[in-house]
Amino acid sequence: MWSRLLALIHKEFLALLKDPKSRTVLIVPPLIQLLVFGYAATFDLKEVRYAVYNEDRGQAGRDLLARFTGSDSFRQVATLQNEAEIAPRVDSREVLVVLHLGPRFSADLLADRSPALQVIIDGRNSNTALIALNYVRNVVNRFNDDWTAAHGLRGPPARLETRSWFNPNLESRWFFIPGIIGMLTLLATMLVTALSVAREREQGTFDQLLVTPLRPAEILVGKTVPGFVIGLLQATVILLVATQWFHVPFAGNLAAFYCGLVLFLASGIGAGLLISALSATQQQGLLGAFLFMVPAIILSGFATPIANMPRAVQLVTLIDPLRYFLIVLRKSFLEGAGFALLWDQFWPMALIGATTLVLAGWLFRHRMY
Amino acid sequence: MNPGAGMRLSGLLKKEFLQILRDPSSIAIAFLMPLFLQLLFGFGVSLDADHVPIALVAEAPGPDSADFFASLEGTHYFAPQAMANMPEAEQALRRGDVKGILRLRANFAREIRQSEGAPIQLIVDGVDANTARIVIGYVEGAWGNWVTLRATRRGQDAHSPVTLQPRTWFNSELRSRNFLVPGLIAIIMTLIGALLTAMVMAREWERGTMEALMVTPASMTEVLLGKLGAYFLLGTGGLLLTVGLAVGLFEVPLRGSFWVLWGCASLFLLAALGMGLTISTLVRSQFVAGQIAILATFIPAFLLSGFIFDVDSMPPVVQAITHLVVARYFVAIVQTLFLAGNVWSVILPNALALALMATFFLGVTWRNARKRLD
Repeated sequence: MWSRLLALIHKEFLALLKDPKSRTVLIVPPLIQLLVFGYAATFDLKEVRYAVYNEDRGQAGRDLLARFTGSDSFRQVATLQNEAEIAPRVDSREVLVVLHLGPRFSADLLADRSPALQVIIDGRNSNTALIALNYVRNVVNRFNDDWTAAHGLRGPPARLETRSWFNPNLESRWFFIPGIIGMLTLLATMLVTALSVAREREQGTFDQLLVTPLRPAEILVGKTVPGFVIGLLQATVILLVATQWFHVPFAGNLAAFYCGLVLFLASGIGAGLLISALSATQQQGLLGAFLFMVPAIILSGFATPIANMPRAVQLVTLIDPLRYFLIVLRKSFLEGAGFALLWDQFWPMALIGATTLVLAGWLFRHRMY
Repeated sequence: MNPGAGMRLSGLLKKEFLQILRDPSSIAIAFLMPLFLQLLFGFGVSLDADHVPIALVAEAPGPDSADFFASLEGTHYFAPQAMANMPEAEQALRRGDVKGILRLRANFAREIRQSEGAPIQLIVDGVDANTARIVIGYVEGAWGNWVTLRATRRGQDAHSPVTLQPRTWFNSELRSRNFLVPGLIAIIMTLIGALLTAMVMAREWERGTMEALMVTPASMTEVLLGKLGAYFLLGTGGLLLTVGLAVGLFEVPLRGSFWVLWGCASLFLLAALGMGLTISTLVRSQFVAGQIAILATFIPAFLLSGFIFDVDSMPPVVQAITHLVVARYFVAIVQTLFLAGNVWSVILPNALALALMATFFLGVTWRNARKRLD
């Protein structure tokens, strides 16, 4: 039985790796993808482009504006002379923010009449707008604190002291890079499995496989092993790049992480083989792969938190294996979680993996065309 | 065109449609998938944090701490939970039950009456940095309201030296759905365009029907036009569906002209279909074409198009790479057309880029799809 199985596994690897184009597709992209996506996926803004429309000529107003010029987070690209210049600059996306000081800004500030710094923000991307507004608020708050201290004014009765756990500088890259590992691993399992049975069905070789002495369970193992091997290798390489190149701290337990990885691979491969076993043609397999992969990524909490989703959609995410793996990744990387904290994520993945794999194996024999 | 070309083309179109109808997965790609994805994402994808669970710890509860905590209640931003002590709250934060902790120390009531002011400790769960920042912003807002309210009640002047007066153009409530849903149209159409065509040429090669087509009087250009025409019509159907859902169901305002959107979308569809045809023509194997489609369409369109991550904040090399992503140009166009209107300085350069990419991909397909056997 073992030699049969080994021969089958050998054949499956050949089917994947014999075609040089297919080999390239499996091996080259993951690294490039991690590098490109690792740099692309961040919510931190680099140099918010802004314009200044200053109707005030006073020193206090200039001091405030100097804080923006001196900040690394901002880059001034224009000085406007009248109000009509604002709209074209914002519309064309030349600037994200316009700072407007009214004619009596400095006078009002000196007279303690609390002048307004008007901030116009391009809201087309509401998330970017919110972040840029936060940056502006930070600059103004610091200015206010210094002003209050310098002029002997009475400060507020209480002040906020903010600390952030697990990610002290709130670097959003630390959040996204573990997520990208999960996403690319899912992608690898789909590439290996989603079309594999469909291709054999279309070419008629699956029928030949079924009439050999191999049992469906053995065929299932043969189809599963390449996905595991490729997925494990790829995830390991990506893990190294994430920690060594991007310097995302890995605080957790490696054994627990790999346990999560194996369970996730089982559920991803199970889903891929199930799709493949259901499809009569490769076109259908491809459609199925996308119908699984796209929602699995979008609903996993990769970019938009699950907590923000409506109840009904949150229930749907419970069958998404990537949802659990992302928690394993983020908890392992940033929070240093071990087996005890991750158990709640392990068993759902194991359940999804077992169900899909068994169903796929059953369909091998029971769905004939 | 030589005589009979029109007839041959309509014959080829008919063949493509028959093929589409035979394997209903194409219909599913064009209509079912946009419907399903748009509904799922339109409802599911949101960056607006609501009812954020937050732990409140007052080490010496009294009227002052109750007064401060009252400023967090009654808004849709927070779901506050009072906790007795810090260990309990920290455990809840570790378990992920709360996203932040607000702690008022035992001498809060005394310190707020001193000129130094009392410290209020805010601890946030930094794993999701974006949500953490939103929580900090919400707490700062609530704190500001409390400071003002307290001063007003005591007849004091409460204002800070400079007040911030933000005005957000195009999306005044900062509803994230308003920018995500138009972007989704671009993502979904990228998928459809590539999925529809990635396999069609490879399939003909693999099944040997390409040779059969070659011996007919139809030229390769006509074969390609037949495929492009059929899938363009299908794709347009899917596009109308997604735009209709965005406006009708998700109430995203369409401030620009529908016809400009239509024109740009057609260019985009040609580029997306062209990309699929190019993959299909170059690799001639459905398996590899499918793998490339999985790799090269969804995730680049999702991460590198400006759909969710700001392209201007990426490093220059990565920004250069985003120029290869077809969806990038269409995302810029739809976000502007929906929310800002017909801003030609944004639309024209991006439409031009789409036209160039469509020409490029269709040209590559056309060059490589000559009648030849190997």
